[in-house]
Amino acid sequence: MIIAEQKPLNEVIEMLEGHSRVLVVGCRSCVAVCLAGGEKEAGILAESLRLHSDLKGKEWEVEEVTLERVCEKEWVRGMDSDIEGKDVVLSLACGVGAQVIHELYPGMFVVPGVNTISMGAPEEQGIYLEKCGGCGDCVLHLTGGVCPVARCSKSLMNGPCGGSQNGKCEIDPDTPCGWDQIYRSLKELNRLDLMETAIPPKNWRPSRSGGPRKTVRKEAVQTDEEKKIRGASP
Amino acid sequence: MKAASNLQGVLDSGQFAVTAEIGPPKGANPEVLRKHARNMKGYADAFNLTDNQTAVVRLSSWAASLVCLQEGVEPVMQMACRDRNRIAIQSDALGASALGVRNVLCLTGDHQIFGNQKEAKNVYDLDSIQELMVLRSMRDEGKTWGGDTLDSAPQLYLGAVENPFGDPFEFRVPRLAKKVAAGADFIQTQSIYDMERFETFMDQVRERGLDRKVHILAGVLPLKSAKAALYMKNKVSGMSVPDEIIDRMKNAADPKAEGIKLCVETIEHLKQVKGVHGVHIMAVAWEEKVPEIVREAGLHPRPVMMEPEH
Repeated sequence: MIIAEQKPLNEVIEMLEGHSRVLVVGCRSCVAVCLAGGEKEAGILAESLRLHSDLKGKEWEVEEVTLERVCEKEWVRGMDSDIEGKDVVLSLACGVGAQVIHELYPGMFVVPGVNTISMGAPEEQGIYLEKCGGCGDCVLHLTGGVCPVARCSKSLMNGPCGGSQNGKCEIDPDTPCGWDQIYRSLKELNRLDLMETAIPPKNWRPSRSGGPRKTVRKEAVQTDEEKKIRGASP
Repeated sequence: MKAASNLQGVLDSGQFAVTAEIGPPKGANPEVLRKHARNMKGYADAFNLTDNQTAVVRLSSWAASLVCLQEGVEPVMQMACRDRNRIAIQSDALGASALGVRNVLCLTGDHQIFGNQKEAKNVYDLDSIQELMVLRSMRDEGKTWGGDTLDSAPQLYLGAVENPFGDPFEFRVPRLAKKVAAGADFIQTQSIYDMERFETFMDQVRERGLDRKVHILAGVLPLKSAKAALYMKNKVSGMSVPDEIIDRMKNAADPKAEGIKLCVETIEHLKQVKGVHGVHIMAVAWEEKVPEIVREAGLHPRPVMMEPEH
């Protein structure tokens, strides 16, 4: 899932400068699981802003709404009535969600209430770790199921650098060395031969070839005719 | 302030400057570079060494700059952000200054998708404007971007590029203003065929008083054929080539001679545009024509304000 972290309240307040009718938008998906932007967090943040407004005499109007998935247009379109009369949307969805809101309400100023961090998983409650670099050219079969792009600080493809000691990365004693983990996993799998195979320079084209990466599932894309039929029925 | 380079000396003295481009070879043999430097010596105030232009691997800009210095020719080292992070950029700038390369041109660099290493991981840690900020801070404050004091500051004359034909057109001059504010001492423009649009651009430049803050060198690129003109129009992004130029090349009995003639006429015109302080000649893979163009345009001999040190 996508891991995000709420921005500090003073930064949020600064971004709202010059606006007064605020809609806080939460999302029940990833950001709810990592406790950054779900219904509860949207409610708390909205209340904090109301308190700030009262204390500073700002007369802000703050409302909140939480959608199922802010990254999908179908859900976002449903908040027409919530957005009516507002002059700013404070999005607690990830960066994707914030942009979908902007696309559907292009005249509305959308500000981010969270920093979108990574694609990862909860390690334990309250601790989230990046697991995937989204490079578009997965090598997990060569690396014992541990991603070197995301989990090695240098995104190395051929084993631990000289800074790996006692299973830790040189950047921080609390950061596990990704390649130490790969080694352990390959050893357990009895595939240490993979450790000895030189992986040639990686193809970064699917990752950084330029512009937004577009994925098309041809069989799922509707023809113009299908769109017409679908559009006719509610 | 003492001039850091011959180019700075020429521009600061108010004379119409000439720079020209040399494309480093696709190989390790520097001889062709030496030959270009020798042939063009005295025909421009400084010579740009391109930095893996269009993301095609070539002999490096800094090494090519050094070869020029060895030939007694002043280089403008191009430094693209595509291949270097801020550590490499600062390090290369110190190295350049240490070895006598004083003109550094800051540019973002063409995306690797256009080159011969499409699978490369690009860097773009800084953009060209940030690169200017970082290098200016090294030069003027004697500090790295991280805040450490340098034991001696590099002597640099900083350049940047601007494309008057990119879109949105309304943002080109504000972007130029950002580059000037970030530290650009001189600007080289994309090659000019659409004079009307360029003049509109320069009107806006003068309105903001930018021509008094930065030296603008207008870019020219001699065309070899109508095909080349069409290629520029259709394949090179951010280029404006009016149809009359294409027709003129198409109808020419000797297209190469026509291309040179057109280039010289463009320079003659540019000399009259207020705020233009020089020209930058990009004779891509046609470097041998630079002396002829400079002579024909009445810009030879060149003043010598400073001999390059090596």
